Amino acid sequence: MNLTESQIERYSRHIILKDVGGSGQEKILQSKVLIIGVGGLGAPAALYLAAAGVGTIGIVDADSVDLSNLQRQIIHFTADVGRAKVVSAQAKMEAINPDVKVVPYQTRVYSENIAEIIQDYDFIIDGTDNFPTKFLVNDACVLAGKPFSHGGILRFNGQTMTYVPGNACYRCVFPEPPPKGAVPTCSQAGILGAVAGMLGTIQAAEALRYIIGKGKLLTNRLLTFNALDMEFRTINLHQNHRCAICGEEPSITELIDYELPACDLRGGNHA
Amino acid sequence: MNLVISGKAETLVLKEKTVLELLKVKNVEMPEMVSVELNGEILRQSEYGTTLVKDGDQVEFLYFMGGGSSI
Repeated sequence: MNLTESQIERYSRHIILKDVGGSGQEKILQSKVLIIGVGGLGAPAALYLAAAGVGTIGIVDADSVDLSNLQRQIIHFTADVGRAKVVSAQAKMEAINPDVKVVPYQTRVYSENIAEIIQDYDFIIDGTDNFPTKFLVNDACVLAGKPFSHGGILRFNGQTMTYVPGNACYRCVFPEPPPKGAVPTCSQAGILGAVAGMLGTIQAAEALRYIIGKGKLLTNRLLTFNALDMEFRTINLHQNHRCAICGEEPSITELIDYELPACDLRGGNHA
Repeated sequence: MNLVISGKAETLVLKEKTVLELLKVKNVEMPEMVSVELNGEILRQSEYGTTLVKDGDQVEFLYFMGGGSSI
């Protein structure tokens, strides 16, 4: 593809980077990234990926915008309260950059639909808030051989790692979801809005670096930070040969909906 | 016992030299909330009570974090 004059100007600060250049920007324009959840993490990721010119961006969310979202979900505005998040997000992404094709999916992801949704994309960003979905995204990406970025935030803390086939997956590090209620959610424990922005922006940068094929991704590393003291660490990881989905003898061969009502009736013993 | 916990050297007194006891001493009330990496290997929760720690071991506590959109 040839960049138009307007594209050369729009993406000039990318193009002058020697690790991006015209060819890297063309890769970005031809790439397809899926963002699951357009909330605290997905909102900044969607804005930066749209601004960067990612050719096709899928956004998945079943929710509507709530007033309490606006403290951190910067893609949604006060006038959007009550609108579907995918509708609100699509409008902002298209307004930032008409080069971008936004594909909205106003749905939850579950075992029956996730494989079909992710199949068209080069890279997936996990911007979900709950462990059943985080494990579902991991397992679906591992089974389909799709790279993805895991992101988690709580209070002043964030963590992220990138899965590329052949490297550690989320389940290598966290073998099973925590018992229901053991880990507080952001709505229960709180989250500094800017922490969501930091983490979602790191996830967007991982997607872009994966697309242009430059630098060292957060594969086999978990980046964690505490924004109260502003300390960052990376913890080295490696593929767990006992992992139930990507290990030597995987016991998981199909997707699991951990939130099945039957599980809840058993007292939330998800494991 | 001298351990390196989350990258920091610490000296601890452990009654039992197990990962489970270490979690108690470090005030991790619910072992289900944390994944433990001992010298680079992720442990299974069922092994916390039987896995021994020794001088010089490197331990990471990796906490579950959700966040994002309640999709």
